[in-house]
Amino acid sequence: MKQSSQKRNSAISKTLIYAILILITALMLIPFIWMLSASLKMNKDVFSFPIQWIPESPRWRNYVDIWTKIPLLTFVKNSAKLTIIVTLLQLFSSSFAAYAFAKMNFKGKNLLFLGYIATIAVPWQAYMVPQFMMMRAWNLNNTHLAIICLQAFSAFGVFLMKQFYEGVPSELCEAARIDGLSEYGIWFKVMLPLSKPALSTLTIFTFVSTWNDFLGPLIYLTKNEVKTIQIGLRMFISQYSAEYGLIMAASVVALIPVLIIFLSLQKYFVQGVAATGIKG
Amino acid sequence: MPAASATSSAKPKKGGLGRSVRNDLTAYSFIAPNFIGFCVFTLVPMVFAVGLSLCSWDGVHAVEFIGLQNFIDLFSDRTFKTAFWNTLIYCVGTVPLTLVCSLGLAMLLNQDVRLRNFFRTVSFFPYVASLVAVAAVWNMIFSPSMGPVNMLLSALGVAEESLPRWAAGKETAMITVILFSVWKNMGYYMVIYLAGLQGTNPSLEEAARLDGANKWHIFWHVTLPQLRPTTFFVTITLTIASFKVYDQMYMITQGGPGDATITLVYDIYNIAFVNTPKYGYASAVAMVLFAMVLIITLVQFRGSSNND
Repeated sequence: MKQSSQKRNSAISKTLIYAILILITALMLIPFIWMLSASLKMNKDVFSFPIQWIPESPRWRNYVDIWTKIPLLTFVKNSAKLTIIVTLLQLFSSSFAAYAFAKMNFKGKNLLFLGYIATIAVPWQAYMVPQFMMMRAWNLNNTHLAIICLQAFSAFGVFLMKQFYEGVPSELCEAARIDGLSEYGIWFKVMLPLSKPALSTLTIFTFVSTWNDFLGPLIYLTKNEVKTIQIGLRMFISQYSAEYGLIMAASVVALIPVLIIFLSLQKYFVQGVAATGIKG
Repeated sequence: MPAASATSSAKPKKGGLGRSVRNDLTAYSFIAPNFIGFCVFTLVPMVFAVGLSLCSWDGVHAVEFIGLQNFIDLFSDRTFKTAFWNTLIYCVGTVPLTLVCSLGLAMLLNQDVRLRNFFRTVSFFPYVASLVAVAAVWNMIFSPSMGPVNMLLSALGVAEESLPRWAAGKETAMITVILFSVWKNMGYYMVIYLAGLQGTNPSLEEAARLDGANKWHIFWHVTLPQLRPTTFFVTITLTIASFKVYDQMYMITQGGPGDATITLVYDIYNIAFVNTPKYGYASAVAMVLFAMVLIITLVQFRGSSNND
């Protein structure tokens, strides 16, 4: 008797858990589904109520028109270029520096590392103004080089890679040294192949933050031919605020690269986020 | 760690000074690419920011040292005061709400549920999605005159004049941005909580269950205390992030209506890049932001050394 009521209780709580989970999933997904659905509608149908989730005659033309209405291709190209260069530079410079901090001994090691630590508490927004003044003095405003310089040398990447390298047994490096490998050789042939998980984590973090970055490009890139997709999309939204279907189609385009990277490297993203939490 | 490095650092000395210097140079060559970039584009502007906050400069005329005048002016600047309070209101609104939602979701997903990875991926997606794109949908869905949310409310019988005006209403604008932020970020903090839950001791919960404690008691008295370091970390991270908020406001409310949702970073942006530039004054506001973040970071250092 007691057992069966317990069973019933657990069945009820299971159902409840699934009900809440499905509700949350709906809340998370509905904006995206609505975006996709609106991107295939005429402007006058976007707000029809009750919502028609699957448009009767999907207007694929929206996806053709956005490329001619604004220089979307230029924006996508700019974003792709910046994201790829920043990510590669970040991977190289962070893992390179982290190797020395984790596996080598040299004069001034602690002092140099302190330089990175001291900046943890300083938000970028607190020094973005003098940074901009400096770049403008060097004629770097309205260039992609400015955004690359801004994003490619973060303390975060060095911390992440250093933490990972410290977990690799030092005996491995010692053995390679005895075998006659130079420090560069050890970094390239021993450490890099071992650090794929950490590199993947850094890749996805850098990719997502560079692709989605808004305030940096907003300050630096004011000419159309250098704008990124985020700034371009925002410009489109303020220029054609009533072109609902087109805005949604452009939004879908802006989301796709991150969606692909996220779904394929998801495991490392989750690991990376989890690691930052445990460390704290 | 330090002990191990001491023994291996003694070794190169045997090979003479030349070898140890060469070793140092190799190490510097590893660090140089990142460190030089980091110095030039981060450290230098940081120092520059402190100096600039004591000056008056419009970018055209000569820089003039004015001491603490910028900071004195802040006290009588109505926009700054509004921005300061709005930032705090946003912080007080988002931090607890995001915390509770992400913890709740993590507790649900920590059970033995099917499609766990699917649920996790879905709740994470708003976090990685482009802010411009999702803010555009959010604006349409919450459009006061034709958005589906208000259509639904009016279909449920809410009178036309009492429908919320969301981003366009003075009283509701901040709430709209807060809800948006919670929706966008809760998945990220949920993953941190899930990792924290992996570190809890299941035998403690089992013991409490055998003692006849109900689920709520187990959560409140057994699980939650074990999650204290995670909750501490999440609170600190959320608080710092909320101090730096800007993009959400820019895209959903443009700081309005009036200045109902203007924040500190919004104020810095306006002073330096929108109005006639007052770079020194903008840096003074930036110093206030820095001080706020610094205080929270010091709390974090104290807290995490207490935890150890």
